[in-house]
This record gives sequence, C-alpha cells and structure tokens, in this order.
Amino acid sequence: MQQEIKIEEPDFRIHPKKVVLWVSMVSIVMIFAALSSALMVRQGEGNWNYFKMPPMFWITSGLILLSSVTMQWSLVSLKRESFPNLVTGLWITALLGVAFLAGQFMGWMELVNMGVFFRDNPSNSFLYILTGLHGLHLIGGLIAVIWVLVKAILFRYRANKMLGVELCATYWHFMGALWIYLFLFLLYHYS
Amino acid sequence: MSSETLDLREQLEEAPSIAPAEHAHSHHHGSGHDESHDSHSEEDELPEVNFIRKYVFSTDHKTIAKQFLISGIIMAIVGLLLSVLFRIQLAWPQEDLGILRPILGKWINESGQLDPEFYLAMVTMHGTIMVFFVLTAGLSGTFSNFLIPLQLGARDMASGFINMLSYWFFFASAVIMTYSLFLETGPAGGGWVIYPPLSALPQAISGSGMGMTLWLISMALFIVSSLLGAINYISTVLNLRTKGMSMTRMPLTIWAFFVTAIIGTLSFPVLFSAALLLIFDRSFGTSFYLSDIYIAGKALENHGGSPILFQHLFWFLGHPEVYIVLLPALGMTSEIISTNARKPIFGYRAMIGSILGIAFLSFIVWAHHMFVTGMNPFLGTVFMLLTLIIAVPSAVKTFNYLATLWGGNIRFTTAMLFSIGLVSLFITGGVTGIFLGNAALDIPLHDTYFVTAHFHLVMGSASAFGFFAGVYHWFPKMFGKMMNDRLGYLHFWLTFISVYLVFFPMHFMGMAGIPRRYYAASTFDFTQGFTNMNIFITLSAILGFSGQLVFLYNFFGSIFKGKKAPLNPWNSNTLEWTTPHNPQHGNWEGQIPAVYRWPYDYSKPGVNNDYLPQHIPDGAIQDWDHNPANASLLYDENGNRVADTPAAHH
Repeated sequence: MQQEIKIEEPDFRIHPKKVVLWVSMVSIVMIFAALSSALMVRQGEGNWNYFKMPPMFWITSGLILLSSVTMQWSLVSLKRESFPNLVTGLWITALLGVAFLAGQFMGWMELVNMGVFFRDNPSNSFLYILTGLHGLHLIGGLIAVIWVLVKAILFRYRANKMLGVELCATYWHFMGALWIYLFLFLLYHYS
Repeated sequence: MSSETLDLREQLEEAPSIAPAEHAHSHHHGSGHDESHDSHSEEDELPEVNFIRKYVFSTDHKTIAKQFLISGIIMAIVGLLLSVLFRIQLAWPQEDLGILRPILGKWINESGQLDPEFYLAMVTMHGTIMVFFVLTAGLSGTFSNFLIPLQLGARDMASGFINMLSYWFFFASAVIMTYSLFLETGPAGGGWVIYPPLSALPQAISGSGMGMTLWLISMALFIVSSLLGAINYISTVLNLRTKGMSMTRMPLTIWAFFVTAIIGTLSFPVLFSAALLLIFDRSFGTSFYLSDIYIAGKALENHGGSPILFQHLFWFLGHPEVYIVLLPALGMTSEIISTNARKPIFGYRAMIGSILGIAFLSFIVWAHHMFVTGMNPFLGTVFMLLTLIIAVPSAVKTFNYLATLWGGNIRFTTAMLFSIGLVSLFITGGVTGIFLGNAALDIPLHDTYFVTAHFHLVMGSASAFGFFAGVYHWFPKMFGKMMNDRLGYLHFWLTFISVYLVFFPMHFMGMAGIPRRYYAASTFDFTQGFTNMNIFITLSAILGFSGQLVFLYNFFGSIFKGKKAPLNPWNSNTLEWTTPHNPQHGNWEGQIPAVYRWPYDYSKPGVNNDYLPQHIPDGAIQDWDHNPANASLLYDENGNRVADTPAAHH
C-alpha cells in the first residue's frame, strides 16, 4: 500500500489565507450557535417575553441583502477588470454597511420605546446580545471593505490579483447570511 | 516586517502554484538541483535578525514552540506547587501550618490555620492553570508548533505572524492569571468550572470580585490565543504539506494536532459565548444566569436567569477540552511507541478513524457532567449511551498500542517509558469513566474524590505523561542535545509510582462519599476514617513533586551540558530528523525533502536497517541502506542522490 513511488500533488489546495478566513468564520458560527442554543434552552424554561420585531429590522435586512449584491457586483467587475465599477460597487457596499449599522441602532431605539429594556428578563437581553455581537462582527467587515476600497482606488487589484477582494466578499456575504439567519431565528422565537 | 518573514510569505504564496511545475520539471531531468536553487540562495542572503526578533518576538515556529514549552513548564511548577500546598492542608487540617507562612503569608492566620477561602482559590487556580495553561497551551502550543511544519515538510506555519500573536496573547493571559494569585482579595475561588452564581456575583465570596474579573480577562486572552493557534495549525496542515505528503501519509502526531485544532475552533467560541453572558451578568446587570438570589437576607434584582444554562455552555467546551488535552498526547504516543518498538503502528487508519470518532463524540456528550442538575432521565440516558460509546474508539487506540508493542524489538528510552505509562494511565482512568458515564452510578459518585481520581488519571496524568514523552523524544531536535537517561528513568519511576499512589486511593474515598473541594475531611464523622489515607496521599504527592525536580534539573541541565545529539538519535522515519542541527528559520537549508512512503516503515523486510525514512524512494533503498548514518541524504523520486545536500555537511 505504501510502496508506490508516484507522487500526487493534491489539487484541492486553496490559498492559506482563505483557509484562515473559513476557519475563522466557523469559529464565529460557533459563537452564534452557542448563543442561539442558549436562547432556546432558556426559552424552554418558560417566563419568556414575546414581542414584535422592530420594523427597522425589516429595512436593515433589505439593506444588507442589497449590499451583498453590490459586493458581488464589485467582485465580478474586478474579474472583468472594470475598475470604475469595482470602486463604485465597494463605495455602495460600504455606505449600505454604515446604513445597516445605523438602522440596527434605530431598531434598538424602537425596542426601547416599546419597553424592551436590555437589563430585564433574559429574553430581552438575548435580543440585544445577538444583534449587538453581529453588529460588532459587521464593523470588522466594514473595516475590511473600506481597506479594500482604498486599495481599489489606488489600483492595487487586477483580475489575477484579487485575493483581498475575494476574502472581503466572502466575509461580507457571511455577515449578510448570518444576519438573515439571526433575523429569522429571532422572528420565530419572539412571536 | 523583516525580509525573513517576507521571504517565507513569498514562498508560501507561491508554493501551491509552483509545486506541480517543479515536480514535472524534476521528473524529466532526474535531478532536484534546480528546485533547490531558489530557496537556498535566498536563505543565504538572509540578514541577521536582531536578538529581539530572534528570541522574543520571533515568527519562527520552533522558537515559538520553545517559548510555549518554557512558559508551560513555569506554569506547571506554579500549578503543582498549589496542589502540594492544598494537599498539606488536607493531610494535617488541625496542625499548625505556620511553616507555610513564607509562601502563603496572610492566608495563614495567627493560630496557623489556612484561610478556607484561599483553599478554594488554590483548588480553582490549580485546575485552571493545569487544564488550560499547562495541558492545553503547554502541550498543544509546544508540540503542534514544533512538529507540524517539521513533520509535514514546511518552512514555517501558514502565518508566522499570527503564530507569534498566539504566543503573546497566551503570555499576557498567563501573566494576568498568575498575578491574580497575589490579589488582596485572593484569586477566583469558585472552582475551575466557574459556575454562577459564585462567579456571576462579585459580592458572593472574596474571590468572586477582582479575582474572578482577572480570571475572565485572562481566559478571554487565552481563547484568542487558542483560536489563533488552531487556525494556523489547520491551514498549515491543509496547505503546506510537502510533495508526496498526502493526508494518509501524515504521522499520527499531525493527525492528532490537526483534529485537536479543529475541536478547539469549534469549542472555544462556545466558552467565549458563555463568558460573554457571564461578563454581562457581572458588570451590566443582566440576568442570564441569575434568578431569585438572596445575599445576607436581601433579595437581588436579578430574576429569570438559569445557572444551569451556564453549565450547558461551559461543558460544551469543557468536554471537548478533555480531548484537546488528551489527543496530542495520544498522537505523540503513537509515534513514540512505533519508533521505539521498531514496528509499524498497528492499524494506522483505525487510529485516524478513532481520533475522528473521539472528536465527533466529544461534542455530543457534555451533559454527562450534569446528571445531577435534575435533567430529564430520558435525556440522561441518551447522554449516557453516547458517553459509553466513546469507550469504543478509546479501546481501538489502546489495543492498537498494545498490538504495536506486541513482538516489538522494544527500546526502553525514557520517552518510551512515559508513552507506555500513558497507555497504563489511559486504561486505569478510562475504566472509571465507564462508571461515571453511567447516570445511575454517577449520581452517588458525583463531586466525590472518585471523579477527582478519574480525570486526574485519564486526562491530567496521561496527558502529562504524553507531554514528558514528547519532551524526552524531541529534546534532541529542539536543543541539539540529549537528555540524561538515568535521570529520565528516575523521573519516570518517581512520577509513575506517585501518580498511582496519589490517585488510586482516591477511588475508595470517593466510593465512601468524600466530597471533593472540601477544606478539611475532619468535619464529619464519615470522613474521619480517611485521615491517614489523606496523609498517605499527600506524602505521595510530595514524592511526585520531588520527581519533577529531577526533570527540571535534567531539562535545564541538558540544554547547557547535555551530550551532543546525533541528527537522528532514535532512527526515526519522520521528516524532522532530516533537518540540520539547530535548524534555521526555514528548517531545511536546501530543498525540502519529498515524501515517498508512510511514516511507519520500521523493520521492513528487504531493508537492512530497521527503519526506512519517509523521504527515501524505493529506488534509493539500496543506496540509503549503506549510508543510514547520514540522516539528511536526499534523493529524487528515481532514487538518484540529490547533489546539493547542504545539511549533510554538518
């Protein structure tokens, strides 16, 4: 079995930095999986507050989905070496990201106006923890988008040199997917 | 960033695309000369890096491994010393312990009695330091860092910078944890599992205040360190294996480190989540874990929380953590037993399968730590069943070790003794796991000395034995010197005997119902029968501690005065032994050896030597057979000697 001389190079090797990103995203998934299951265990014990999600969360969901589209558009533009579109796409993505964060904050305000306070029943606290932690991770993504945007403006990317944009896009899509998951999860568990 | 790092990074970035081309190239010409050219000439031009970059903020995985090793040893001394101190309290609770005042200061009161809260703090810190700082960071940090690139044929980790960060996060975390021992109010005292409410209410006990805060800060840094390390290990194993090193040709050490890293990335974030909610409860007035609590007759505002929730989250990390601690030790044992029995490891694929099986099962058994929390008996049965299934892959590993030893031409090196010792402890401690995994038996045994005995044997001591085995085995590669064998034997026998003398009697105490974590066993009638046994255990613990002094003397003495090590002292098959003495950053001076076989070709029929390294192609067996002493001879895949083998000059 161990005797063959033939050397096979595995073809599946991908760039180490992509592996690093994927493994990091798995870690982030585990953070939210832990909090989600904690929420479910806690809800199962009763004494749970039910309330309507703030309308703002619907709008921010739309914003983040749209930003994923523009991010992907940037990536495709880079593949076609259409640099103005790359820069425009990244600008829109960054602005949508900022708008998303602002919207999340306004969503929190709406919650406070509804009488859902952070320091109260854990059902309330969980909502803030999950959305807040997602927001923090999204800020990380936003910094990456701005970093990539600056490098794009400086013409640092080419169709054969686009690792930074790829990594950024992967993480940004991940943030979008994570929010959609969280929003559906919260809708299900609070109504 | 120095040119050294840049050079390595360039090499890493180009490696995936260049490797196949190189392969085709050398295949046609029958010589590896050209491919060795680029890396070699670049390294000749490396500027001297300054002292700080070389020994302090180093990005070289070998230096980082040594940093982890030395830090781990220092933390182990602290952790062991704490255990000796509280063992003294347990043996002589009524006596005047004034002689400990130089160490414990104000924690010994005027009449010579140890402060009970500080006793709890010492138990807590002993557990925390040993589990996380010694057996997680000290073990994985040392050997994953050292062996993954060397055994895979990589010049360094995927990211040397992240690797360096990983160490310094660990360093900061260790400093903070050690510092908390000297707080006015004492370190955290709620047990290493930091269950709320003791950990969630700063006013609960004196260790719940600043001590607990520092514990959480330290552990947050520790989690970051572990994740950075694990991310690096995973991407290195997936991406930077040398030519021919397929996943099924990796040494079992690497398999164990790889799976350990995966377990770490999946479980440490959960501890992070648990700690995050705990921090909010402590400092921001939420009630995730708190409900209806009275302190000194006054009701707290918190309501609606559940302390059991914390236990679920904690043990979702806590149980995989057991295997984060144990798997690297088992991996190194596989390597050391095969090497020193001069036999191929028995059941290589079964070993990989059992590592994966243990890793998978470790995530779905956490509630066996919580049988007494009033869980649904049906749920308890499910967790019991899953827990007992772990016996299957564990038994596969044990039988494979024994089958590897069977009929082997065994060399009793110190590393081999510790590896066999590990197998012994793994069996002894594993058998009691069957007892404790059973919900009906666990309920009377829960939180007794039976549990203490079980996990100290199977997790604590077995992993420590793996750690020692690894140190003795890879010391020649780390420091270029041999450790003294006689002192090694003395260390082994003192440790092996004292471990059994300490923990075996604890089973009987546990079955008699003596609870763990109690300040003194003299308070109740039913505990008083064990006074003499406590003295016996403490004396054995002191014996074991003195055994470790032998190790320290041997370890540090050998670094400076040890015999110079040959290139391949154990006649081992893996790639790390093809590097020159004290390898530079980049490991191989010339080209990286390619791999033509699995790592366990010991006593292969038709080969004169009783080993056949991974980098020897079939066509070169004859030639190599006559020159085995030259550990760094390189061949191309047609069996021709590669002319440029600078390592051979050493």
